[in-house]
Amino acid sequence: MSQRYRLPDGGRIDRTAPLNFRFNGTALRGYVGDTLASALLSNGIHLVGRSFKYHRPRGIFSAGAEEPNALVQLGTGARSDPNMHATQVELIEGLKARSQNCWPSVDFDISAINDRLSRFMPSGFYYKTFMWPAAFWMRYEYIIRHAAGLGTAPTGRDPDYNDKTFAHCDVLVVGAGPAGLAAALSAARTGARVILVEQDAEVGGALLGLAGEKIGGKPALDWVAAARAELVESADVRILTRTTAYGYFDHNFVGLLERLTDHIVDPPAHLPRHRLWKVRAKQVVLATGAIERPLVFRDNDRPGIMLAGACQTYLNRYAVKAGQKAVLFANNDGAYATANDLAAAGVKIAAIVDTRPNPEGPHSERAESAGLPVLAGHAIVGTTGDKRVRQVRIARLNDDGSAITGEAQEVDCDLLAVSGGWNPAVHLLSQARGKIRFDEERGTFVPMQTEQATHVAGACNGSFGLASCLTEGFATGETAAKAAGLSSKSRRKKTPAASNETFLPARWTWLVPSETPLGRGGKHFVDLQSDVTAADLKLAIREGYRSIEHVKRYTTTGMGTDQGKTGNVNAIGIIADTLDRPIAEVGVTTFRPPYTPVTFGAFAGRDVDDLLDPIRKTPMHGWHERAGALFEDVGQWRRPWYYPRAGEDLHKAVAREVAAVRTSLGVVDASTLGKIDIRGKDAATFLNRIYTNAWSKLEIGKCRYGLMLGENGMVMDDGVTARLGEYQFLMTTTTGNAAAVLQHMEEFLQTEWTDLDVQLTSVTEQFATISLAGPNARRLLSEMTHDIELSPNALPHMAFTEGTVASVPARVFRISFTGEMSYEINVPASYGMAVWQAVLTAGERYDITPYGTEAMHVLRAEKGYIIVGQETDGSVTPVDLGMDWVVSKKKDFVGRRSLARPDMLKPDRKQLVGLLTDDPQVVLPEGAQLVERALPNPPMPMIGYVTSSYGSPNLGRSIALALVKGGLARKGETIFAPLADGRVVPCTMTDPVFLDPEGERLRG
Amino acid sequence: MVERYLRQSPLAHLGLDGRAQAVRGESGVAMSEQPFRGIVNLRVQPDDSEAMAALESALGFALPVEPNTTAASATALAFWLGPDEWWIVTPGPEPESGPNMAVTLRTALTDRRGAVTDVSDSRTCIRISGPRARDLLCKGMPLDLHPRVFPSGCCAQSHLAKTGVVLHLIAEDGPTFELYVLRSFAEYLWLWLEDAAREYGLTITSS
Repeated sequence: MSQRYRLPDGGRIDRTAPLNFRFNGTALRGYVGDTLASALLSNGIHLVGRSFKYHRPRGIFSAGAEEPNALVQLGTGARSDPNMHATQVELIEGLKARSQNCWPSVDFDISAINDRLSRFMPSGFYYKTFMWPAAFWMRYEYIIRHAAGLGTAPTGRDPDYNDKTFAHCDVLVVGAGPAGLAAALSAARTGARVILVEQDAEVGGALLGLAGEKIGGKPALDWVAAARAELVESADVRILTRTTAYGYFDHNFVGLLERLTDHIVDPPAHLPRHRLWKVRAKQVVLATGAIERPLVFRDNDRPGIMLAGACQTYLNRYAVKAGQKAVLFANNDGAYATANDLAAAGVKIAAIVDTRPNPEGPHSERAESAGLPVLAGHAIVGTTGDKRVRQVRIARLNDDGSAITGEAQEVDCDLLAVSGGWNPAVHLLSQARGKIRFDEERGTFVPMQTEQATHVAGACNGSFGLASCLTEGFATGETAAKAAGLSSKSRRKKTPAASNETFLPARWTWLVPSETPLGRGGKHFVDLQSDVTAADLKLAIREGYRSIEHVKRYTTTGMGTDQGKTGNVNAIGIIADTLDRPIAEVGVTTFRPPYTPVTFGAFAGRDVDDLLDPIRKTPMHGWHERAGALFEDVGQWRRPWYYPRAGEDLHKAVAREVAAVRTSLGVVDASTLGKIDIRGKDAATFLNRIYTNAWSKLEIGKCRYGLMLGENGMVMDDGVTARLGEYQFLMTTTTGNAAAVLQHMEEFLQTEWTDLDVQLTSVTEQFATISLAGPNARRLLSEMTHDIELSPNALPHMAFTEGTVASVPARVFRISFTGEMSYEINVPASYGMAVWQAVLTAGERYDITPYGTEAMHVLRAEKGYIIVGQETDGSVTPVDLGMDWVVSKKKDFVGRRSLARPDMLKPDRKQLVGLLTDDPQVVLPEGAQLVERALPNPPMPMIGYVTSSYGSPNLGRSIALALVKGGLARKGETIFAPLADGRVVPCTMTDPVFLDPEGERLRG
Repeated sequence: MVERYLRQSPLAHLGLDGRAQAVRGESGVAMSEQPFRGIVNLRVQPDDSEAMAALESALGFALPVEPNTTAASATALAFWLGPDEWWIVTPGPEPESGPNMAVTLRTALTDRRGAVTDVSDSRTCIRISGPRARDLLCKGMPLDLHPRVFPSGCCAQSHLAKTGVVLHLIAEDGPTFELYVLRSFAEYLWLWLEDAAREYGLTITSS
């Protein structure tokens, strides 16, 4: 099929650059400069899809972002995109598109039976029908969604990458039509930093679709080109085309979606496909233009029925005649320009049907003087044609336009251009909480008030004439720049002259009457994408809905992906008429971002795969990898979990690692522990307040264990703190809590205890920490240092010293998390790898065994040491843990008062116990619930749960820790763990310390 | 004297020299690791004029008190990080560079309120220069880096992608930025920067 609807010349397409593409498998041709929609129309194709609910044939309706019908599935495989507006898709060589929501084909769609059944499917149909039985809703929903689907999301991995960026500017101008270009020019001339955003591939806005417009006596597009050239030359101006301002948020934060490669056949791999711009603009100028409104009449949805302005754009910009024989149906003067342009291009104008009894205005006069057939005071009352409009029925309106009089006449056509007026695109203004009001003269909602640093110019402001757009644009750009703090005056140039015609005068018609009562014998569509009719709106009102927000939700009008860009104002008008209330009182529904859909990929950007989240690695990480460690994530840290040898599973490896620590020597990378340097004359006082126990009398060179509570009295962290000097301590925190603990302490210092001389500095990453544990720990360490006295008297358990280890300056803490004799060696992090390797080499004679977090957990559980976050969950107090011994009764500390709350004193709080299964071989799953008595079936009252559970190689049996109601007073009693597999495991509550309760091993 | 060869920078294992990826022959960005700087965290009350004077004479220049500014001598660079917090950065790479500066500052501070903490090993420094350096940083940093707002000599604590950094514009010529990152995040940040730079073309240089 050749492009028989293409004009031989004119338009902004490149006839020397033909393109091949496929639509629903058919090979077609278009040109560079086409959109998919214009190329389809040039081939005479209007039918592009089926409607959402009734599966009625639908055609291309608009020429822009407001398109409700022409949504296509673009591309194939992993590069496929659903719900793309054919009106915005730039044509490229080899493009493949197909219709959505139809099966088996757009020409023959089985679900079109829904249209015949529509009498039985009023608004609310799904809610009313599928509510019973309630449990079936999920199944119903699946079937309904399948039948009413839009496009299909690709399932493969995204072959492209997307990116995100921050940006700042003085003035952000949204829309590069005449008003936006003018605003950008005048702002740029003050020296302001300007970002100009245009969703189209080129700047010019509505001017691109108009013929014969002049600016300053020259063709308007010459002015556009000159404006663009000046902006490109300006130092601090960024023009972003193919970019949509999709959301306008608080504090003048505006989201932009830039499409970098969608128009490139083979996008280069180094370029992102989409870029999300997060813009902070000092001032925003909205020059977003206006969107034409259709008329609501019977069977107004057939392919071949289009917005008048769109017909004009296809003709002038793309050199495409949308039909050979056109009827124009309008209520305003501006629409006549379409008829005039079409006629000039050789399209037969079969009729101009005008609801106005006396058509006035410059365009109407031109049409009349050209002899075009005008039917004043008439309306279209019906259409026929299955996959393309074939004929319209035209009848005379009565005086007030509420009914028809006399016989209808039939006129053949293949194109019906409609216009019901224009709506300013106030979406972004409204998202930014700007107010709009209904303007009776212009018959639409116009901006009234802005709530942020927002300015509005041109058609978006209700100023539809070209001269007004330019004047307002130039003035607004300068005002915005000034408000952004630019003092230099815009190098003012005279605003060029232009005509100032608008689409007025007009006669507002919300619902065009027809020969039969509403809802009988045809449908008056209000929202084409959601298949909502005028009858649906009236039904909602009859059923008692009054608020526009409720009517919207009940009927789904305006709830499609187009958000009712073409339909909403008509819906409001019809509702107002039905309720007999002024439109201003009915109001509008909320405008929400995004203005047009944004791909999820753009929000994800490059935060995927390895870059999704930082993986923090210790200085010794490379060694662990080479040693074959398996890792576990602890917060953002990646720590060795265990080091399996050939043939070992988790249990075997952990059993070996644990045994090595108890019998000879183990080593663990403890670099991830939080370390905070605390300095100042009041450091001890500060620790007294932060920790539950007392710190003033801790000797220099000694360490102490501390528990930290939140203000609610619950355990938030624990760790060992060493006194390095009179006024200096080094605190350690749990790995995952380091940042939170520092923040907690800084908050108290900066807000509550500003009088304290205390300075906190995080030194977590300054040191690599190598922890030796086992009976041979001292022997090895003594071989690696010549200046540290290691005898039990010189460096007893819970003592600290400094010296060199493996010739590197080191801090050595004799502290233990395993219950064995243990030394934590801290060296500057850049030496971590070297010292670690030295330790491993020197330790060979003791069969030194690197162990991971799993073995560490077993070792500490054997000793009944808690892990904050495992034995505690934010609802556990020191008393619950049986750790009153670390809670001072004499001093105040954060959380103390909360510990006296009545709820904290209840005897049946969940408390920490050891748990031994009666069968020593059974290892309980962590998280297992505990019950007093096992019933045959759930539910049964639960009295607690298992927090830690391991097979202990040293004890030759399983051990567990658990939180059990009133557990501290119940040691020795038996409770039960009913498991998911049906087993019921009897267990005995015990003291949580299973090994060496006297601590002889760790003091040795 | 500690053996220098025992030290390993946080990015050494990546083998940066082999990772350059010139795209289309262009190089919008050049990056390098500048390891082993001396970094000393200094806390002192800015209204303690005696302490400030003592520190000034120890350093040879006054600590910057304007937010997000730096001051420098040939041997040391001071970053304003907060109303009572500075970094004193020395070029290194001698292992004693940071500890020696810490001793100097601690001696100057005597027993006055404040704290001097050597944090040299906790960070590494990444240098980013080239015509697209600013665009690269803007991809992950919410600060406005326009020369009017963030001129040469400025420093700031912010985040880049998902990690905290200290950023320093050392010269508008280039421009050339340096950023300091915690060593455990360094690999993530370097890989993030490499990935972000792919559309500009990247040169990786030795320090």
